[in-house]
Amino acid sequence: MSALVYARYELLRTFRNVRFFFFSLVFPLVMYFLIAGPNKNVHDLGHTAGFSGYFAPLYYMVSLAAWGAMMSVMAGGARISAERSVGWNRQLRLTPLTTRTYFRAKVLTSYVLALISIALLYLSGAMLGVRLPAEKWLQMTGLILVAAIPFAAIGIFLGHVMSIDSMGPALGGITALFAFLGGVWFPITGGGFFKVLAECLPSYWLVQAGRLGLGGGQVWGAKGWLCIAAWTVVFAFLAMKAYQRDTKRV
Amino acid sequence: MALLGPNGAGKSTTIDMLLGLLPPDSGTVSVFGMKPADAIKVGAIGAMLQTGSLIRDLSVRELIDMMAALFPKPFTVDEVLNLTGIADIAGRRVQKLSGGQTQRVRFAIALVSNPDLLVLDEPTVGMDVESRHAFWTTMRRFTSSGKTVVFATHYLEEADTYADRIILMARGEVVADGPATEIKATVGTRTVRATLPGVDPAALEALPGVTHVETRGEAVILNCSDSDATIRALLPAYPQARDIEISGAGLEQAFLQLTGNGDVDE
Repeated sequence: MSALVYARYELLRTFRNVRFFFFSLVFPLVMYFLIAGPNKNVHDLGHTAGFSGYFAPLYYMVSLAAWGAMMSVMAGGARISAERSVGWNRQLRLTPLTTRTYFRAKVLTSYVLALISIALLYLSGAMLGVRLPAEKWLQMTGLILVAAIPFAAIGIFLGHVMSIDSMGPALGGITALFAFLGGVWFPITGGGFFKVLAECLPSYWLVQAGRLGLGGGQVWGAKGWLCIAAWTVVFAFLAMKAYQRDTKRV
Repeated sequence: MALLGPNGAGKSTTIDMLLGLLPPDSGTVSVFGMKPADAIKVGAIGAMLQTGSLIRDLSVRELIDMMAALFPKPFTVDEVLNLTGIADIAGRRVQKLSGGQTQRVRFAIALVSNPDLLVLDEPTVGMDVESRHAFWTTMRRFTSSGKTVVFATHYLEEADTYADRIILMARGEVVADGPATEIKATVGTRTVRATLPGVDPAALEALPGVTHVETRGEAVILNCSDSDATIRALLPAYPQARDIEISGAGLEQAFLQLTGNGDVDE
């Protein structure tokens, strides 16, 4: 009961924060229409000999969906550091609110935002002519959401160890690094060190989840699930410790 | 109960430990026979911290409702709004409140759990005179229902006027504990003032019980270790003395003497 009321107000707060709402939801859409709109008749994006290429609106849709989901859940951390900057964390410590309820509400809020972001992108994709079989939509979305879990934990962790001033650069830098090394922007080709490294990063599996919609990519094997689980466990633990230790005066 | 002391005396640290926000370096903290965390869990202890503000994007009513939902036996939102006198701003967004209003909403949040012990760290900082008055009226109503309020302050006047018991701290230690009158009495000096023109200060200093003499124009100020003896000797010797006032030491003098600190931060 109390957990529900608390989560409901957390959601309400998020939706009332107009600027945050705009950058989390509207911004990816604008980007999508700017990039995919002019290319809505391109069916051979990135074609090479022996590969007919992707339908451009589909390609950009899955890329932005994976990227947007990661950003949405990480951004939960920015909200936390903003709350900490006014000492709210200490105020919560004077209530019976448990760590678990607190985390659940934070993750839930981030996920609702991520889901809306994905849904809006899918809708926009459909408007530009993207058609996929139902099971592809589901498979892709399901795996994107699972792959976003470690990022939610990383976001919460950062929110509790970073000040509000350093949060912006930290989020920007870390998401960029994850995206770059995980092959969000440039596909990881060949074997070698970067391939091995990429497979240890949750962003790589996030990309693979999105690529399912492209007909490429791969449903995760044991390696993928293990990687996501490991990052989740480690950062959920660190986030919990950071939250519990975080009682200093501001 | 007032926790009084100069800045750096350890008031906020004591309160942080009492609330379980800071572990003591040694020893244990017990509140109602429980660990601080457990006292918070059952809603026995509520607190308003010195620093901190409110989260944005909710109305005052929504914020209080959100906090109330976390406790086992809270006041209703309307009870808290009325008790703290903020019913008129219940619909306003938190980020649009003035400093004094924010402080009152923070107070409402401390009170919403309906605690047996309310801990307030410098509660009236940032309040205007009217808010401050309303605040102490609420406190009185709250304590008259059998609850305890502990507040830290460096305003001597507030401690003197509103506390039934004062604990005076300096450099992390308790230097006095008791009602304001008792703490003032520990200083052991009284002041006798009188209008007494053209008198030799040295002669006054020779009176029994006088420790120090000052003159201010036609007025004389005698610091006395035994004001009763002084008065008995003064009146026969100087029948022209008029406008005689005898006053005990102020809390300020006691404060300075007991904390051994020259600068009172007021």
